[in-house]
Amino acid sequence: MKEVLLKVENAKAYYKLEKATVKAVDNVSFEIYEGEVIGIVGESGSGKTTLSNLIFMNMLKPLTLVDGKVFLKVDGKFEEISAMSREEVKRRFWGKDITIIPQSAMNALMPTIKMSKYVEHLAESHGVEPAELLRKAEERFKEVGLNPLWLNRYPFELSGGMRQRAVIAIATLLNPKLLVADEPTSALDVVNQKVLLHVLIQLKRAGIVKSIIFITHDIATVRQIADRMIVMYAGKIVEFSDMEKILKKPLHPYTTGLLNSVLTPEPEIRTRGISVIPGAPANLINPPSGCRFHPRCPYAMDICKEKEPELIEVESGRRVACFLHQGAKGL
Amino acid sequence: MFSPPGGERIMSRLVVENLTKTFAIGFFSKRYIHAVKNVSFEVKEREIVSLVGESGSGKTTTAKMILRLFPPTSGRIVFEGKDIWRDIKKQEDLKWLRRKVHAVFQDPFASYNPFYPVERTLWQAVNLMEKKPQSKKEGLEMIKEALFKVGIDPKDVLGKYPHQISGGQKQRIMIARCWILRPLLIVADEPTSMIDASSRGGIIKLLEELREEQGTSIIFITHDLGLAYYVSDNILVMKDGEVVEGGHPDKVVLQPSHEYTKLLVESVPKLYRKLEGL
Repeated sequence: MKEVLLKVENAKAYYKLEKATVKAVDNVSFEIYEGEVIGIVGESGSGKTTLSNLIFMNMLKPLTLVDGKVFLKVDGKFEEISAMSREEVKRRFWGKDITIIPQSAMNALMPTIKMSKYVEHLAESHGVEPAELLRKAEERFKEVGLNPLWLNRYPFELSGGMRQRAVIAIATLLNPKLLVADEPTSALDVVNQKVLLHVLIQLKRAGIVKSIIFITHDIATVRQIADRMIVMYAGKIVEFSDMEKILKKPLHPYTTGLLNSVLTPEPEIRTRGISVIPGAPANLINPPSGCRFHPRCPYAMDICKEKEPELIEVESGRRVACFLHQGAKGL
Repeated sequence: MFSPPGGERIMSRLVVENLTKTFAIGFFSKRYIHAVKNVSFEVKEREIVSLVGESGSGKTTTAKMILRLFPPTSGRIVFEGKDIWRDIKKQEDLKWLRRKVHAVFQDPFASYNPFYPVERTLWQAVNLMEKKPQSKKEGLEMIKEALFKVGIDPKDVLGKYPHQISGGQKQRIMIARCWILRPLLIVADEPTSMIDASSRGGIIKLLEELREEQGTSIIFITHDLGLAYYVSDNILVMKDGEVVEGGHPDKVVLQPSHEYTKLLVESVPKLYRKLEGL
């Protein structure tokens, strides 16, 4: 039996602005098992990054958790982190049980602070002996393919790919169970992208992290390491399935469109051609009624405008939010 | 490349010969950076050629010299029989070049002046035309027609400012310019890299339509091997300012011969297969 590591139930995370509310994550439920890599895929503005903030309860105004619960398994029992304040979650779980590599983390390093200083900061804030953690950092640097000598260098002396690996090494020093990586490869060239994917897989194989959530807009990248994939559109999960099954036969029309817009250097692509999803992404302040994809969907029916399809398991390991596949179950 | 019936030779639209660009850095002790080294290639009528390479490979420098934005250190760029750096002396000739060679850049946000409505770039194109329209009304009709061609309802963009429309729309309006000016060559520098996946296909299709209907030649500058593989008739792989490998996409991508191309092809994530050695 697979153990659940993180559970999100009917979560709604909105950006509450003065005049409007942006429904960036709207009624989303999913679970992450121990030992798996989950890919979260969607276009810009689909709520991927907001979802990652939700996972580790990084709720900073105007982002607010309006409804729903988030559970994280810590020492064998579920903690309802959505009921705690951001500070409490940060103090108790960040870095130890859950860690995040935010988008463009490699550019967030202060150029005048040595890499080793970041390790010392981490030790201080978690009450660990700095010298011990530095020793550990040297080993972890080797594991991600960096010379430990780089610890005594300044961030600007490292290349982009090296900085990204250094950030991952430091972020995982306390062996967190869950690693959330938000677009870790998008700023890197393809050779460094592959190295980084390898590092992530190695961290999991070595048991340093148990599960990885990989957020990206690039299906071809996430496909390389993910076991399951969540496809987001306009703040909703539209499909959640085993990676290989989605690739073989996507169920949601949006997933199909997204897959057919990917260009990779493979002979299949030239025969398949490229498809276009008409229209523009949905407005999250005032989203369309019913299924949020219906104005762009080639198969839209009357019911799609009126009712919102729920994310329902249509076959083993496959969940989709689309009336095309739900038949009697959805009605 | 195909050859038309009757054995007619396909004209070369652009010939680049031994193009070199060296930047000098420093005042007293000079350092030299060889951004482009001895690059030669040819673009024929209705041909799509891609320059593929990573950041710093010299692909954008090459594009800028072709667009006559800065001069090469040595070498020649011959467009429609004219050496664009030696034969163009008069303002009129330069105008001709600006009409016939069109650029579409990576960042659609940087191509517009935020203080003016977006149709200003289209009016600029109209004013650059050889046969200018007789009246403002006629000009506006041409603009509307061009917008329809690129799949935009003129109502949605006319009178709007750049921040009010999406990146995909901005890039489409840049291509609408091509329907007004009917250039012979389009230099597209990463035209899709800042656009969402679902709209990217639309931009590529628009450029392909231009090629079909007007016989436009296109140079794609990109780091995206997948895009180059899909659209091109000819791929040139650049590394450190040099063209290391070139040829038909199937040859370059499926049977690469140069070490660098091999590394690149091996590293690019694939949709239908997993990478080796992960």
